[in-house]
Amino acid sequence: MEPFLIRALAAGIGLAVIAAPLGCFLVWQRMAFFGETVAQASLIGVALALALNLDVTATVLVASVAVSLLLLALGRQKLVPVDTLLSLLAHSSLAIGVLATALVKGRSIDLMSFLFGDILAVTRDDLMWIGLCGIGVLITLARIWRPLLSIAVHDELAAAEGVARDRVQTVFVVLLAIVIAMAMKIVGVLLTVAFLIIPAAAARPLATTPEGMARLAAGLGAAGVLGGLMLSMTADTPGGPSIVAALALIAAATLTWASAKR
Amino acid sequence: MTESNGQDGNRHPPSRLSHGHHGHGHDHDRHDGHGHEHRHGVAALGPAADDALVSARGVTVERDGRALLENIDLDIGPNEIVTVIGPNGAGKSTLVRALLGLIPTTRGTVLRRSGLVVGYAPQRFDVDRAMPITVERFLRLGAAADDVRVRSSLREVGASRVAGQQIANLSGGELQRVILARALLRDPHLLVLDEPVRGVDYAGEAELYELIGTLRDAHKLGVLLVSHDLHVVMAKSDRVVCINRHVCCSGIPHTVARDPEYVRLFGEDAARAFAVYHHEHDHRHDLAGEAEPAATRGETAPKRPGE
Repeated sequence: MEPFLIRALAAGIGLAVIAAPLGCFLVWQRMAFFGETVAQASLIGVALALALNLDVTATVLVASVAVSLLLLALGRQKLVPVDTLLSLLAHSSLAIGVLATALVKGRSIDLMSFLFGDILAVTRDDLMWIGLCGIGVLITLARIWRPLLSIAVHDELAAAEGVARDRVQTVFVVLLAIVIAMAMKIVGVLLTVAFLIIPAAAARPLATTPEGMARLAAGLGAAGVLGGLMLSMTADTPGGPSIVAALALIAAATLTWASAKR
Repeated sequence: MTESNGQDGNRHPPSRLSHGHHGHGHDHDRHDGHGHEHRHGVAALGPAADDALVSARGVTVERDGRALLENIDLDIGPNEIVTVIGPNGAGKSTLVRALLGLIPTTRGTVLRRSGLVVGYAPQRFDVDRAMPITVERFLRLGAAADDVRVRSSLREVGASRVAGQQIANLSGGELQRVILARALLRDPHLLVLDEPVRGVDYAGEAELYELIGTLRDAHKLGVLLVSHDLHVVMAKSDRVVCINRHVCCSGIPHTVARDPEYVRLFGEDAARAFAVYHHEHDHRHDLAGEAEPAATRGETAPKRPGE
């Protein structure tokens, strides 16, 4: 196998495993749109990195963490419905991000690779980022797993039982932002949340426990990466969209099976 | 995590401050379990104010300049069932949240006995089908417990059969019992039940109230029960507090039903239905005031207090 293909596989499967449990929480807490907004806003991080000649991965990481914390704070306001606010921010930051990258002179960039990812261009450095962040994310997630799960089941009940709701939720949102920043490399700004949500949705009908659902999502996500990359290699299709299409096929299969069984 | 008052550090702290009046009598006249006509500032105090599990003094909660609760005084003592009733929008759930420290109070204090463990059954409990979780696992989210304890708490609420089932597949009555089991598993001093009979049919309702009474006796619990049900609840309670943003009247079930404030709030029919319920056994009155034979209720008639 070509080295670039090995790197692509390692990055894709690694990310699928890291993203799976977070994707489950996105589904359980109905935060898909929240994730979408963080992902699209991270394009501003790309523009910022290009304009100031900073490291793209690090800048995107910082930007998406900042955006997610901002969103968490904005979610508490009562002026505008939260989904309206998220939609407003997601699309305006996408527009501004595209504008900004177009205005930045000097470095020639391929906007498409940021929008839809470029898994075949994953470097050794990218792999290192994914590895380090992934380990950090999974260890932290394991530590807040029970209170976070309790919040996801019923947040007021959790709070009444003494769970530090705001603190746990903040940690979760930071972890989410980190994974979104990493996943952008693989599937791009526009498909990142699909990469998180679809494996979780596909795993749901097969799972009977929350942990089981997270493990299944990891497995199905990895299978989607494998299938997508095979498609990409044989039919010469773009990597990110191929992976998401493969994931969608898997989800369609499990969900159809579940509804037929009912 | 057993401390119920270990809320988020960044919430407003009044619930943990002590109050100058606590333990020395208070601004309001103390009413010992009788209904009174005062419209404002009626203290809903029981006989156990000094060793109360939770004490509210002058609690006011405002949102967007509108008062949801005004100047509420309320004590819940150990081993005491206090029922809070009131029409829709009276602020019952707001009161519960303020007592639990889930929302900040605008004015006034809520004092929880130190180390107080609360078992809470919230009113809204829509289990998302997106979450695959069994009843046993759900119980363990509230307190670390081994299989033996989980099963015994399910047995106690009569929900052993559903132990392995998915939460999302339970009926309304089963879910209420399971939530009660989760609360019990925490070994609470105080059970806070916000409309526990919501989504439960009439027979199930009476059974559930019976169960709550039994649990109180078995575990020596204080119970705060919120209800808009005017008939069944009251019979089980040691004290009834009728609120409509402020405390309208409070007392033993019997007195409250005759209180002019109660009659004003719920209407003559409700007051009469309540009274009939207490004095006769062979029929009850439906919402229109028509008598129905007791047979339609079967075994559901709960025990009356005294008499």
